[in-house]
Amino acid sequence: MSIDISQFHDVFFEESFEGLDAMESGLLNLDVGAADVDAINTIFRAAHSIKGGAGTFGFMDVSKFTHVMETMLDEMRNGDRDVTEASTNLLLDAVDVLREMLTAVQQKVETDDERIADVRQKLEVMMAGELDPESAITFAADAENTPLSERADMVLGWKIDFRPHRHLFQTGNDPVRIFRELASLGELSAEVNDDKLPLFSYLDPEESYLAWVLTLRGNVAETDVMEIFEWVDDDCDLTISRLTDYSATPTSEVQLANASSEPVTEVPTPSQETTAIVALPETAPNIAATPAAAKTKVSPATTAAASIRVGTDKVDSLINMVGELVITQSMLSQIGDNFTPEMLPQLIDGLAQLERNTREMQEGIMRIRMLPISFAFNRFPRLVHDMTNKMGKQVELKLTGEQTELDKTVMEKIGDPLVHLVRNSLDHGLETPEVRLAAGKNETGLLQLKAFHQGGNIVIEIHDDGAGLNEDKILAKAIEKGLVSENDVMSPEKIHELIFLPGFSTADLVTDVSGRGVGMDVVRKNINSLGGTVEVVSKRGEGSIFTIRLPLTLAIMDGQTIRVGGENYIIPLISIIETLEIKATDMKPVSGKGELYKLRDEYVPIIRLYSVFNLSPHITDIEQGLLVIVEGEGQKVGLFIDDLLGQQQVVIKSLETNYRKVVGVSGATILGDGTVALILDVPGVMALYRDPSLSKPVLNDDRAA
Amino acid sequence: MAKILAVDDSASMRQMVEFTLKAAGHTVTDAVDGKQALDIARTQSFDLVLTDVNMPIMDGLALTKALRALPSFKFTPILVLTTEAGMDKKQAGRAAGATGWLVKPFNPEQLLATIKKVLD
Amino acid sequence: MSDVQKMTDSLEEKEERAQQYLSFLLGDEEYGVEILRVQEIKGWDSVTHIPNSPHYLCGVLNLRGTIVPVVDLRLRFDMPARVYTPTTVVVVLKVEGIASRTVGIVVDGVSDAHNVLPEEIKPAPDFGVSINTNFITGLVSIEENMMMILNIDSLLSVEALG
Repeated sequence: MSIDISQFHDVFFEESFEGLDAMESGLLNLDVGAADVDAINTIFRAAHSIKGGAGTFGFMDVSKFTHVMETMLDEMRNGDRDVTEASTNLLLDAVDVLREMLTAVQQKVETDDERIADVRQKLEVMMAGELDPESAITFAADAENTPLSERADMVLGWKIDFRPHRHLFQTGNDPVRIFRELASLGELSAEVNDDKLPLFSYLDPEESYLAWVLTLRGNVAETDVMEIFEWVDDDCDLTISRLTDYSATPTSEVQLANASSEPVTEVPTPSQETTAIVALPETAPNIAATPAAAKTKVSPATTAAASIRVGTDKVDSLINMVGELVITQSMLSQIGDNFTPEMLPQLIDGLAQLERNTREMQEGIMRIRMLPISFAFNRFPRLVHDMTNKMGKQVELKLTGEQTELDKTVMEKIGDPLVHLVRNSLDHGLETPEVRLAAGKNETGLLQLKAFHQGGNIVIEIHDDGAGLNEDKILAKAIEKGLVSENDVMSPEKIHELIFLPGFSTADLVTDVSGRGVGMDVVRKNINSLGGTVEVVSKRGEGSIFTIRLPLTLAIMDGQTIRVGGENYIIPLISIIETLEIKATDMKPVSGKGELYKLRDEYVPIIRLYSVFNLSPHITDIEQGLLVIVEGEGQKVGLFIDDLLGQQQVVIKSLETNYRKVVGVSGATILGDGTVALILDVPGVMALYRDPSLSKPVLNDDRAA
Repeated sequence: MAKILAVDDSASMRQMVEFTLKAAGHTVTDAVDGKQALDIARTQSFDLVLTDVNMPIMDGLALTKALRALPSFKFTPILVLTTEAGMDKKQAGRAAGATGWLVKPFNPEQLLATIKKVLD
Repeated sequence: MSDVQKMTDSLEEKEERAQQYLSFLLGDEEYGVEILRVQEIKGWDSVTHIPNSPHYLCGVLNLRGTIVPVVDLRLRFDMPARVYTPTTVVVVLKVEGIASRTVGIVVDGVSDAHNVLPEEIKPAPDFGVSINTNFITGLVSIEENMMMILNIDSLLSVEALG
């Protein structure tokens, strides 16, 4: 029967990636000076499992690469090798390579063979320093112990003297099974020798007293015979001799005290190197990726999108909620069947219960897609470790609130912006130890990533106690790029906002690390597209805090319904700062800049929504309507509307699926009465205000008439 | 057919072994480490135990020793699954009381052929 | 295909080659769309206006949870607008392009379903027809009337919708 083991590949990949993560965090946490043996053991076991699994499932390249790592780890756990910074760093590199190899195999793409070979060579070099020529590092080393030579000519058979030691049974072995195996090789006959058998009353049934002289006739290889005894060869006296025509006198006798041949399980063809280092490709069936001239960069994250792992507790609670929903439904159905006006209070109660049930289910289902932010935070210990090494800085990374949950898709998309912000802090914020000492700070900088829930949103803060934003440099750059004029008076906060403008990067050189021109504007755009916001607060010499606010889920949003020009729209609650009735005296028309409203100590532009949306207005008098102060892209504006209606949670529906993107509108929702309400996109509205030409519908040449 | 206890901390290995043995008509119980296996062994007997060596909490050799101390497992065939074919590892297995071994990596056919040797 | 062949074609063979078209009216004129593209026909319902959209886009409506744009075909064809009555009908169509989209069109009323053989479709002339010929794939004589078969993929393309 042939069993297709490729069905187990997915589980293997999953557990291997987890194992690699465990190895990585284990290596990062290893105390170079006083390494914890248990910790090394855990790392070793992870490598060992991956190696074993890879070999079993035919991924030989992976298995061989892991083998080298495993050997080094084995030496470390035995105390034969010191745990050094260099070796842990190299092993971390090897973990990366292994991750890439596994991803490549899983996705059936090509690997970066140069990199694999490079890291492997480094590992081998490091190993070679203390190489013990005796140790069998390849698992092809077995083949180096050549089995006893087989005669090329026909074999008549074998005479086997077999005397088990007394305790043979206690290893679970049984001579009967051995005879059965022998009998399958040829014609077996046996003579028993019971001279060691004691009197019955002294007989211990758990001991073996008998011995046999076995005769096996047939053209059987000696190795085959020896293989049958290999498990018991230490627990017996065994003599195998060749049968000749004179069956009583063997032509040669070979005493076997210890079998030196190795089990004949499938072994890859032996390595051709004499140094005990795995190097050459072998010919055994190999599901590894084929080497290629082009090196494709493989990203592990992309395949994960299709499925979610859900705790059974979440599923169980949903099942309970469905049960309650069914009860509510049948209760309402009963009321409906025989409805009389007296039953109105019951109906209202029932509907309230229905609302509770639906809300609970909604929350429960959303929670299924929610995962702890630790998944996004997990890459940072490694990233910080590698980057600070490269930059010669010392940074302590503190993560708080890793268990804070957020929607899986939001988490996948927040990864890159977070990386960028962290890199930014490490690169531009935190100073080198010398600079820090000179400034009276601790040599080691502190980088904190905090996550917590706040009012239906998740807040992520990135704190660094570095040098803070350099307002002079930023202002100079902005002037140079023509983003502000020299005469503008700008408060520090306003200057900080400048970093979010497109094309803005104060890196003097384009470092590999963060100054590649992928600026803060992209970070902000990405976060905005998730329905979130990002801001910075910074103090020169003390540090900076970047705060990201995100909705807990992409699909559901808290909205404020408003009315303008006879139409209803929804403003995302997250964008609203406050709503006011205003007096004409607080408003100032400014030529060339429209109308401004004096909001405490700043002036905020007024955007008349009916105007940017080209609606026929119902209310134009500034004192009759309301001003909703909203924030978009770091700027505040006041939206002039007719009236505020209710606040509610809305399910965001796409407008683009069947229609197209509309400037100023981010999506739509379906209200309780079944009608569609459009959701405003505050930055889009601001863009329309600045550039009304965006609002003209595109008139195509294909006029219908 | 036989009642087999399979112990391995790797889920993919457990799945592969279980599937293979079940397809051959055996009954399989699995455990993720030595301790769990020992707990199971205290409540039922088996015709064969297959155990990985490198596992957390209690490894395969410690498990073998512990099993041999149980009356119902005194003579039960125990096969250790080891990636290491060196003599010293085998000695360790034998010293612990194992019946035999199977070297990883192995395929389903090899697994079945090997366990046939120890089943009656 | 020769006349002789047409005559000798059995009824079944003709039916196999025929395509069904749904015809509807705009004023005096009859238009047709492939019936396979018709998802459903519904009565006129309130739509939500989209700011800054072309005048022939009435707005969007809720079709069982999906947001579907609705185009007033009269206005699209620069015909005089008509007040919507209870008999006004929205034909919901599947429009193909880079992706499949669902778009509704407002018409005066739905006429009938017709079986049309491929050879019965004549190409649209360059003149004498009231609408842009890019939107017509052909003309068919139905009894005494002429039905203009619409190319909805270009008529209701993303670009066309504003």
